[in-house]
Amino acid sequence: MKILVAVKRVIDYNVQIRVKEDGSGIVTDNVKMSTNPPDDNAIEEAVKIKEAGKATEVVAITVGEEKAQETVRKALAVGADRGIHVKVDGILEPLAVSKILQKIVDKEKPDLVFMGKQAIDDDCNQTGQMLSALLNWPQATFASKIDVKDNKLEVTREIDEGLETIEINVPAIVTCDLRLNEPRYASLPNIMKAKKKPIEEILASDLGVDISSRIEQLKVEEPPKRKAGIKVANVAELVQKLKNEAKVI
Amino acid sequence: MAVLLIAEHNNKELRPFTLNAAAAASQIDSDVHAVIIGQNTAEAAKQLSGLSVVKKVLSVEAAHYENFTAENFAPVIVKLAENYSHIICSANTFGKNLMPRIAAYLDTSQVSDIIKVISPDTFLRPIYAGNAFATIKSNDNKKCVTIRPTSFDPCESTGGSASIEKVEASEEFSNTKFVKREEIKSDRPELGTARIVVSGGRGMQSGDNFKLITEIADKLGAAIGASRAAVDAGYISNDHQVGQTGKVVVPDLYIAIGISGAIQHLAGMKESKVIVAINKDGEAPIFSVADYGLEADLFEAIPQFMEELNKLNTIQK
Repeated sequence: MKILVAVKRVIDYNVQIRVKEDGSGIVTDNVKMSTNPPDDNAIEEAVKIKEAGKATEVVAITVGEEKAQETVRKALAVGADRGIHVKVDGILEPLAVSKILQKIVDKEKPDLVFMGKQAIDDDCNQTGQMLSALLNWPQATFASKIDVKDNKLEVTREIDEGLETIEINVPAIVTCDLRLNEPRYASLPNIMKAKKKPIEEILASDLGVDISSRIEQLKVEEPPKRKAGIKVANVAELVQKLKNEAKVI
Repeated sequence: MAVLLIAEHNNKELRPFTLNAAAAASQIDSDVHAVIIGQNTAEAAKQLSGLSVVKKVLSVEAAHYENFTAENFAPVIVKLAENYSHIICSANTFGKNLMPRIAAYLDTSQVSDIIKVISPDTFLRPIYAGNAFATIKSNDNKKCVTIRPTSFDPCESTGGSASIEKVEASEEFSNTKFVKREEIKSDRPELGTARIVVSGGRGMQSGDNFKLITEIADKLGAAIGASRAAVDAGYISNDHQVGQTGKVVVPDLYIAIGISGAIQHLAGMKESKVIVAINKDGEAPIFSVADYGLEADLFEAIPQFMEELNKLNTIQK
């Protein structure tokens, strides 16, 4: 079984982002970038499945500018076998990314495609589901547990009401939750080894898909700030404030 | 052209956020039609037809719709979409799972999780865990939009008298099988709609200690929330998680106990009307959004909090 894992380069989750003064977007210059956190879980799960002898190859793919390749390199350092970098400038919408991934799936013919359930920059939560639709494959979204059984997967999904378990036939798409596993760190020798693993570079423009923007970003602004609160001295004061000042209890 | 709302329900009755999504839909266009897909949904369909803003109900029933599988739902909606300018659904796990599948079939770039309708093609949505708001305009002919339910007041549950029209079911998608659902039943208010939420974080130190949170929640008639750290540590189940990848809550009162306030958690609760933080680390970022902060050891503060609540003659429910 071959697993394709899609990873995205985003502003690191620990960075307090800043809105550009002209309202055109978010400041990304000289800001720490990392792999989108649940994409790390997707890579980890694919590597674990391979280590358990249930997959033969793990291919990491990213779609993005020159530097996005770092995320593929990182995936190689934690166990992916080879990488694909679809090069494109600018920000793509999830629909465009899923069309690119569809082309790659047609070529690579993986049995499974994994990715994070949502990217923490645009918070769209769309790409996996869209790719499933384009391929007409089953989709297991928000996965917190995956059992590989021959040509089937049993997947536990985190839903608002609790947990749901579904069984999907391969080929299939799985989008991963942060609770799926604990991503490993790359060891130094593995980072060195990863430098020798191949990354195929493909120009998005060579794939013949429509990746034009359908959505215009008119303005990005800071959310309204909360006005500063106070510290109370003790519990009695807190309860008195909630009762008589805020009038919420 | 009318807008099509996808109702969320449990086959027996509507889920409450359908009313919020209906209200958002009516801000886009007053001609709101609603589709309900499921099995044995007659009662829920009737409820839907009574919503103040709904003009027409489309009902699709088949055994393979019983468990809300997106692969089964999407083709029906795609077929209906022909007659509508917008497809609308709540941005909870039901809508998040389903809508992108519809959007891709329609070759539409979805607009996720809007918090405001500016015009029928322009919307406000949070990005970067709510640390920025983007105003975006969709140029697709057909628009697929998911709405953040807590950002819209629900429509009236009565006053409507929409007709209910049957629609033919689509074929079953055979490569996805539902196995089971483990729903955590509780007599407490739902986290998403509760007036008061009491949440615990890593500072609780164990699942057992969450009993302290439960007591306060029972006293206040509150729902129980948790930070991702507390869920990851196994103190409490995932359906309680508040934050960027969990639930977004906007209660009148949010009490954060032993929660440091990572930006991912703040994303899920900082729109709450009144925020209380109890934490022994005075520098914890949760205090930056708290209206009332108490720097204290929670294991001393919670029992005292309970004592003080017991002294009150009345507590709002």
